[in-house]
Amino acid sequence: MPIRDDELKHLKEMILKMASLVESSIRDSVRALVTQESSIANGVITADLAINAYDVQIDEECIRLIARRQPVGKDLRFITTGMKITTDLERIADHAVNIAGRARKLIDSNPTKTYADISRMREIVQRMVKDAIDSFVKEDKALANDVIKRDVEVDDLNSSVVNELMLVMTQNPVNIVQASQLIYISRDIERIGDHATNIAEMVIYMVDGRIIRHMADITGHQP
Amino acid sequence: MSNVLNGAALEVKDLNFYYAGAVHALKNINVPVHQNAVTALIGPSGCGKTTLLRCFNRMHDLYPGSRYEGEIIFNDVNILGEDIDVIDLRSRIGMVFQKPTPFPMSIFDNIAYGLRLRGIKKKSELQDHVETAIRQAALWDEVKHKLYESAYTLSGGQQQRLVIARALAVKPEVLLFDEPTSALDPISTSKIEELAVKLKQTVTILVVTHNMQQAARMSDFTGFMMLGELIEFDDTDVIFTNPSNKLTEDYISGRFG
Repeated sequence: MPIRDDELKHLKEMILKMASLVESSIRDSVRALVTQESSIANGVITADLAINAYDVQIDEECIRLIARRQPVGKDLRFITTGMKITTDLERIADHAVNIAGRARKLIDSNPTKTYADISRMREIVQRMVKDAIDSFVKEDKALANDVIKRDVEVDDLNSSVVNELMLVMTQNPVNIVQASQLIYISRDIERIGDHATNIAEMVIYMVDGRIIRHMADITGHQP
Repeated sequence: MSNVLNGAALEVKDLNFYYAGAVHALKNINVPVHQNAVTALIGPSGCGKTTLLRCFNRMHDLYPGSRYEGEIIFNDVNILGEDIDVIDLRSRIGMVFQKPTPFPMSIFDNIAYGLRLRGIKKKSELQDHVETAIRQAALWDEVKHKLYESAYTLSGGQQQRLVIARALAVKPEVLLFDEPTSALDPISTSKIEELAVKLKQTVTILVVTHNMQQAARMSDFTGFMMLGELIEFDDTDVIFTNPSNKLTEDYISGRFG
């Protein structure tokens, strides 16, 4: 008696609900910074509880399915991917909470032009997370590969934001408090991009059965 | 036990069983068999799981010298009592054995046999009951064109579903499955497991299996037995992910048995 279609559907639905909350948290965390509204930041922190609950619930369901249905082949790859994806989603939400917390500290600061770059980075990583989850649901390898490629842009933006903020700090020590918080925020967004990449890499494993993580380190070639 | 939603169809209370020669085969068993659920009994060979299963329809009565102590309550009555009509009991608590046991007659007559014994003679009524039972056993599409051919023309898996249909025809409240798939191939095994899960909507099912993965796949509750004792009974999710007894843990993880 293999794993039932309704059990797979239920698992997929739980992951989608969790992902949807995580996407909102990414959006709201940077919105809290830009609009300087602490209520938005507080909402991100509260939403993390529901996201953590999904993380536990999905893990429990995956463990139950492994124990009860003894999945093999594609079903096994789907369930193990589901478990790993939720770990990444949970970490993404933690980064959103970090951003929201820092946004609260910057409520009384004057917005700088860096805010626009940070908003741009947010836009890219939020889309990466959405597309990574879509690629999981649709088993779309091309979309997963596309997500992986976009991470370079996020890394480049992060480097340029950090360099710019370092310059601002050296120009006037008054800027240090705000600029250092913004560096952390930029770093949090960059890490969200890394987690979205992890999800996309897992999707490729799920579809192809090929583990592409660390491939460049092992073979010296990009996958 | 998160799954305990239904009342008990059967309740075993302080059951001890002795084979002839005073072999103490079951020791102080207390266990519920929940209504409209699949309950599995697992454990190493000789642990008493089949002995326990056979108590539920008094199969041991066929062998002189065996003795029960304690109670099995079924519809408020102790079915181990001396005044129980065991023929009637066995039609309400049916049994399916390890090897398919079709009668040497046609597919139709295999099902009609028990119905005729129950006094159903009218042909149209028999036909209705036979079709319903074969459909319930998920066999109809495979045999509808050859109902009057010998049951021996069917494959092993089909024969086992025919036997299940035969048991279902007399509308039992409980079905006992004794290693129902151990003589079957993986596809037939899968069909029987799916069938049992579907049937639990109308019948309470108790299954004994050597194959603990099968218990994990198809049951709602699992009892682990060893040396005539019930070591642990719980929701199947719990037994296979976090059992409380170390013996259960060692058995399900293949460390002995």
